[in-house]
Amino acid sequence: MNRRTPLYDRHVSGGARMVDFAGWEMPVQYRGILDEHKAVREDCGIFDISHMGEFLIRGSEAPTWLDSLLTNSVAKLEEGQAQYSLLLNQHGGIIDDLIVYRTAAQEFLLIVNAAKIEEDFAWLCDHLPDRSDEVLALTNLSEAYAALAVQGPKAPDVFSNAFSLPWEHRRNRIAGLDNKSLTAGSSPSAGVIRSFVATTGYTGELGFELLIPAGDATRYWDLFIASGATPCGLGARDTLRLEMCYPLNGADLSSNDTPLEAGLGAFVDFAKEHFVGRDPLVEQKERGIGRKLSAIRVEEKSPPIRPHYPILANGEKVGETTSGALSPSLGCGIALGYLPFLLAKNGQLLEIEVRGRQYRAGVVKKPFYKPRS
Amino acid sequence: MNVPDDLKFAETHEWIRVDGDVGTVGITDHAQAELTDIVFAEPPKVGTKASAKEALAVVESVKAASDIYSPVAGDVVEANEALSSDPALINKDPYGAGWVFKIRIANRAELDSLLDAKAYRSQIEK
Repeated sequence: MNRRTPLYDRHVSGGARMVDFAGWEMPVQYRGILDEHKAVREDCGIFDISHMGEFLIRGSEAPTWLDSLLTNSVAKLEEGQAQYSLLLNQHGGIIDDLIVYRTAAQEFLLIVNAAKIEEDFAWLCDHLPDRSDEVLALTNLSEAYAALAVQGPKAPDVFSNAFSLPWEHRRNRIAGLDNKSLTAGSSPSAGVIRSFVATTGYTGELGFELLIPAGDATRYWDLFIASGATPCGLGARDTLRLEMCYPLNGADLSSNDTPLEAGLGAFVDFAKEHFVGRDPLVEQKERGIGRKLSAIRVEEKSPPIRPHYPILANGEKVGETTSGALSPSLGCGIALGYLPFLLAKNGQLLEIEVRGRQYRAGVVKKPFYKPRS
Repeated sequence: MNVPDDLKFAETHEWIRVDGDVGTVGITDHAQAELTDIVFAEPPKVGTKASAKEALAVVESVKAASDIYSPVAGDVVEANEALSSDPALINKDPYGAGWVFKIRIANRAELDSLLDAKAYRSQIEK
């Protein structure tokens, strides 16, 4: 039996088509993936992302401990800032990609992938130092929190309409949310699920994500729709993120891939003396990577590209796609896939094979699409 | 869902409109709604020989690819070229402008094994 978010009834009554995603019953689309994709690129869409996981980490040891497990630099995060980071195994392989929010000087919120909640949490628990809760406390709040993503060039208008507040937010920030105002930072109070608004997202557009107690989900969902947001499903979320070349764990990332191979070296802080997975990465960096996750665009009319389609160079198979689509914004086939390092360069000519027929393609610079907002 | 009374249907959601010995084939309103936004269509080449229930064409939505099977055996005599530039015709007008191919029917007796509108309606209402 699949799990349901607090918005399940809203999805069904709103006419969404429900599918299984990572063990959750989620809307893949409302009116249609193309319409919803367009709404986010040109107006404003809202997504239920309550299936994603939330971990709260607090205590005086929290920054140091997180820095020992994550690739990016938690120490460099200011209060109220967000950061993309990776959780690696001891071989440098990717367990999960996640967002770290510094919600207070000694408090962090991690947003992790739905399919990885249990694995991530077990990994973090296994790596907890043997100390008291006074200096380090880790809590899995995934059940307690619901999350909404409001995305698109008109998201600031939706925000202002909904809260009667001006939009004056920089990207990648987080603030506490109460009914009247946004509060910078927040004072830790145990046992209370606080609400946050963060200017992050997975679409490339302007927008915000709301982290709220599960019981408040329907109220905010209705509020944002009444304020001008179009309900969207995971289908559009996938085409939007792929146009931005944002990787999807389980498709483009796995424990067999390192951040360097995945093209995520910018989110690895080698200046840190230690984090799990660092040594194999340093070694790989010195030796050079053998393969790299690349953006591939089809240069002729083609069917939609899907995962596991063969990628060829001069007629010989050199890899396969990990994600693919017919880009709704660009009108051509796009894909991500690992290529031998020597072929992973802009302008490299390739072919992608669909049902035995080869279509001309080439490696392009990331991202495929540059948002206007 | 629209299920026109003058057509015959396959369990795999194709319709066929018979005119003399040529049948026009497409996918049903129900099938296009299930597939959602169709973004690619690959009709068969004229001259292709097919047996009944053989995959002859492919349509793809954003999320999935789906084969279109020939309801009867025969030779493809025409393909709907308009679909290559506007595959969404199948969504907009599945029984009209969204037709996929025309086939010269080899054995008219095969038509008797197809569903009529009433039987197809009860299949999709299950």
